[in-house]
Amino acid sequence: MGAFMSESERRKRRKAWLVAAILSAAIAVVFVVSMNTGVIRLSPIDVLRTLAGGGTERQQLILFDFRLPRIVISLLIGAGLAVSGAVLQALSRNALADPGIIGINSGAGLIVLLFIAYYPAPAATPAYLLPLLAWAGGGAAAALVFLLSYRRHKGLSSNRLILNGVAVNSGFAAVTIVVSLRINPEQYQFVATWMAGSIWGKDWSYVLALLPFIAILLPYVLFKSRTLNVLNLGTPMATGLGAFVSREQVLLLAAAVGLAGSCVAVSGSIGFVGLIAPHLARRLVGQRYQALLPVTALSGALLVMAADTIAKVILQPAEIPTGIIVAAVGAPYFLYLLYRSK
Amino acid sequence: MAATTRKGRDGGQPAGKKADDALHKLHSRPRTAIVLIAAGAAALLFSLALSVSFGAMDIKFRMVWEAVFHYNPDLKEHQVIQELRLPRVLGCMLVGSSFAVAGAVMQGMTRNPLADSGLIGLNSGATFAIALCLAFLPGLPYRYVVLLAFVGAALSAALVFALGSSVRGGLTPTRLVLAGVTLSALLTALSEGIALYFRIGQDLAFWFAGGVANMRWLELKVMTPWIALALAGAMGLSRSITMLSLGEEVARGLGLRSGLVKGLGLAIVVVLAGSAVSAVGAVSFVGLLVPHLARKLVGVDYRWIIPTSAVLGALLVVLADLAARTVHPPFETPIGAMISLIGVPFFIYLANKERREL
Repeated sequence: MGAFMSESERRKRRKAWLVAAILSAAIAVVFVVSMNTGVIRLSPIDVLRTLAGGGTERQQLILFDFRLPRIVISLLIGAGLAVSGAVLQALSRNALADPGIIGINSGAGLIVLLFIAYYPAPAATPAYLLPLLAWAGGGAAAALVFLLSYRRHKGLSSNRLILNGVAVNSGFAAVTIVVSLRINPEQYQFVATWMAGSIWGKDWSYVLALLPFIAILLPYVLFKSRTLNVLNLGTPMATGLGAFVSREQVLLLAAAVGLAGSCVAVSGSIGFVGLIAPHLARRLVGQRYQALLPVTALSGALLVMAADTIAKVILQPAEIPTGIIVAAVGAPYFLYLLYRSK
Repeated sequence: MAATTRKGRDGGQPAGKKADDALHKLHSRPRTAIVLIAAGAAALLFSLALSVSFGAMDIKFRMVWEAVFHYNPDLKEHQVIQELRLPRVLGCMLVGSSFAVAGAVMQGMTRNPLADSGLIGLNSGATFAIALCLAFLPGLPYRYVVLLAFVGAALSAALVFALGSSVRGGLTPTRLVLAGVTLSALLTALSEGIALYFRIGQDLAFWFAGGVANMRWLELKVMTPWIALALAGAMGLSRSITMLSLGEEVARGLGLRSGLVKGLGLAIVVVLAGSAVSAVGAVSFVGLLVPHLARKLVGVDYRWIIPTSAVLGALLVVLADLAARTVHPPFETPIGAMISLIGVPFFIYLANKERREL
């Protein structure tokens, strides 16, 4: 393989490595910045010393129990949502696809809304119940879209996947509107904040709940990048090239749902990352999924972590939902990229 | 129409003739379309009458007739019909066909089944303007809010258009779609931020949910000429849109000035969907799914898709409004929700019917 690599191909690979290195460096910088922003200010030196094992007990508490888990969560969901979006764009062969297209966000949102509206004492519920419900709701919606779109002999048609996704989403959104106009303003505020995407699972137990999904599914998708290259060409072409199209599609779709569903359960709907991180990466390193997927994951992680850092400080002590900042930061940058590209 | 192809087709020049030949080969069912449009129009008339007579105060069909053609201001029924119900149902009709036709034009031009008028920033621009109004100018009269919403919608569409076409290579569907979806996400995020900060989220949702109930003759009088003009324009462009829907290369090969067509098409979408969105809120389902429905029924020729979409869109919104008022009186179910609840099962059935792909 290497022997046949052309000069331009080699240059592209070098560029992909360079982009990945720059993104990783940026993540490291934002990580340190994020560690010392918050209600209580810590200097970068304090942060580094505490991370190395020193520091006072109070500093350790702040860093290890309050800030670090939240930062790790923002990194994980950024990478997870971004890669899920990239997979769905390849499967549906549509540039507008994102994790929301298969109903995950609307399903999770509706379940959370119904719970807040009709459960007698939401304040007294155990903390893990809401993410669990959101996960179940998102998964159920995705399963519905999948069942409607799958044909035993033909597999998944990308068109059908999209259209059924749109239909199921509209149905869920309709019920959401009806219910949300009947609840009281306090409940509405909570649900609206949730839907706008705020990272509200903030301790290590959420990291532990999220980690298995990301740690298994992310490498799996990366491992499948060659298949994604082929699937992106369209079903007949992919079949011609010898891919087990139907099985691969189903497995990849399941992986995308698992990634996005677990992220949405912890973070609410941060919709924009899954849509835009793949496009961002495509503009930086091109179409090849071997390079595209890692860069997508890194840029998604960077975007969400940076946005979450801004969300913590911009209106102290009130917090803006991270999802809003993700769009407010990501959109102008992407428009700039779009403006510059040929 | 003829003006948009490089050589007029009346002279029988090669480009025009080639285009006609290409269009003739399309998989299209004009006869079905004519039947559908006629039946749809009849059903529309009937549901208009039904919708006017149903409501909190039940009024006989005969009374509706008299109120329209022999208006007597002393009768309470006549007043209700003239002042409240007629503008409302006519508004529903206008809004329905506007959204549907705007969606059809967008899908034809971008060749993307996910495209609708919200894609070029219209919905989010209007929402953002309304959020600003509710937060900073509370108590502004309804008609000024509508006006500002239209300004917001038009501005954000213009911005999307400028961003999409400001680069070398011009306005490609992908770039238009990406610029639109990104700007929409930005404006939506800002509106959400404003809504959360000023705690007006529910007001905003109410504003969008109850749109058609606020429709009066004044709004109708302002909207109707523009919408009529834009609908006529969409019909005029329909032949060119069909060519665009075959792909940029094909359209160019057939002698189409695609830049001009896209510009005109976007202007039509802004007028149609912009005024509809600012009057009743983002009833996005109509623009997204009615064109698919029409394509499924009458084939891929936009000369038939556009009128069919107009009729079906109007019918769907009028019926949904009727249902929204009668399901749970005296409360009104939000019309957007009602449209989805009626449309979704039907659409899922059609989308999954075997053999023919959309």
